[in-house]
Amino acid sequence: MATRSVEWDARAQATKRPSAGTLFLRMMRRRRIIGLGAVILLLVMAAAAAAPWLTPYNPLAPDVPARLQGPGPAHLFGTDDFGRDIFSRVLFGARLSLLVGTLVTVLATAGGVVIGLAAGANPRTDRVLMRIMDGLMAFPDIVLAIALMATLGPSVRNVIIALGFVYTPRVARVVRASVLVIINQEYVEAARAVGASRARIMTRHVLANSISPVIVQATFIAAYAMLGEAALSFLGVGVPPQIPTWGGIIASGQVYLRQAAWISVFPGAAIILSVLALNLLGDGLRDFLDPRLRYSS
Amino acid sequence: MLSYLTGRLLALIPVLLVVAVVLFLLVRSTPGDPARVLAGEDATPEQIKMLRRDMGLEGPLPAQFVRWLGRAVQGDLGRSLFNRLPVSRIIGQHVGPTLMLSTMAVTISLSIGLPLGIVSAVFRNSWMDQAGLALAMLGAAVPTFWLGLSLIVVFAVNLGWLPSSGFRSPTEDLRRSLTYLVLPAFTLGVPSSALIIRFVRSSLLDVIATDYVRTARAKGLGQRLVIFRHALRNALVPILTVIGLTVAALMGGAVVTETVFAIPGMGQLVVQSVLRRDYPVIQGVTLVVATSYVLINLGVDLLYFVVDPRVKY
Repeated sequence: MATRSVEWDARAQATKRPSAGTLFLRMMRRRRIIGLGAVILLLVMAAAAAAPWLTPYNPLAPDVPARLQGPGPAHLFGTDDFGRDIFSRVLFGARLSLLVGTLVTVLATAGGVVIGLAAGANPRTDRVLMRIMDGLMAFPDIVLAIALMATLGPSVRNVIIALGFVYTPRVARVVRASVLVIINQEYVEAARAVGASRARIMTRHVLANSISPVIVQATFIAAYAMLGEAALSFLGVGVPPQIPTWGGIIASGQVYLRQAAWISVFPGAAIILSVLALNLLGDGLRDFLDPRLRYSS
Repeated sequence: MLSYLTGRLLALIPVLLVVAVVLFLLVRSTPGDPARVLAGEDATPEQIKMLRRDMGLEGPLPAQFVRWLGRAVQGDLGRSLFNRLPVSRIIGQHVGPTLMLSTMAVTISLSIGLPLGIVSAVFRNSWMDQAGLALAMLGAAVPTFWLGLSLIVVFAVNLGWLPSSGFRSPTEDLRRSLTYLVLPAFTLGVPSSALIIRFVRSSLLDVIATDYVRTARAKGLGQRLVIFRHALRNALVPILTVIGLTVAALMGGAVVTETVFAIPGMGQLVVQSVLRRDYPVIQGVTLVVATSYVLINLGVDLLYFVVDPRVKY
């Protein structure tokens, strides 16, 4: 039974590539945890997109008479020391968190792919580039991000640049490792033999075949980036405090832990939920995309 | 062994050089002239010039770098822009609390991670295994600072068992000092124990599947002897790797944890220095942290010799 399905899969793949939709459905069926991660993530995204329609309150508008109210029907997650509605602030914070997560991932993946390809393709550039990557990875992530923020100054753009820079070496390593394997494969040699250009080989053959580990890594980087942004904003060196962010809301509630712990509890739960979703997605994708595991179940 | 060690130490040089270049460039690319900022509004051009020479800001960039690196290697990391004290002395004052906190956190994460990882592997797919995995997933998703605040709410505010924040010197009153560190150490240690659980579990499962473990079982050895004498010993190398990673991750986590619990360590120092724009201190602390990070990882690699006599280089 097992061998038949392997053959069938192999033949199906040889004849035509399954469409993205088919792949997605197959993925959902095979790995429930990917589905779970994807559903949670989509819910967070939908909540962020629909934020203005989900809440009657302005996340920035103070309402002093309503300050420090506990969670209740009027304010689902309570209010903070200015009487601002925590539920709205968490929803709008989701927008920023997702924006930072996405752009950091794009930046780190793009940078990492370019560096990884350049390193994997040429032993001499490899030595130089990988030493630099090792040097950058010698810093604990958050410490390097803080040092970069000190130079760049607090702003949303700079948080994205700093975290993108910090996570680039991780992608570069993954890409380089798979390039080194792929570049010695027969099909690459065949492509070279039929006269394909270097650029074509690198993009159509090498990059295309190393895309799965990059996707997996990108998912984890999105999770790290959301945690990193929250930590930077919590410490007061990330996104400026007038913009609602999960880390910033938690920091603002720190003084009121005794009277109003809900200020910090709900944004924290939002972080945990989103990061958990991304990690589930990453774990599931790794199992699904790893060719050694693909046929095992 | 000796040649391996020399090789490893030599390989550190380019890494640390990159670290130094990054930190040097970071501070040099700050907006504005550091000497002018430090000298104040009404400084004369001569004063600024003197100060610039004092801070090693003269000459072309590579020359400045060499001069800065030469001083740094000798332990001279410059002076704080905030209180004019030597950076090395400031770091010396802050290193103790961080060391205490990290040691306690490593102890906690190992004493949670090792037993739970072993239990998860031995009773694979049991409820304990599931619980261990769930804890591991959760531990990877919880922000350190939020965990810290939650622990404060539960154990300091509501139950009143432990102090909520602060630091007491261990030389004055060790017991008191340790009670202040319990919550921060758990904050820091519990999420990394999640990583240890997963690693111990998977490396132990790999070993349990080997022939010699089956042989050990077949000749009638008890479960405890099989696991501890045969399996665990052989799973130690990957476990050591993850312990090294944990220690390294703790150094980053300490930055956040120290801020939450108002512990006057290296982490709090670096955050304060960023808020004060005290670049020499940021540079110095980051340099020390990155260097120790690299050295810890080297130390862990060398431990492989101790736990695994087959490892030869």
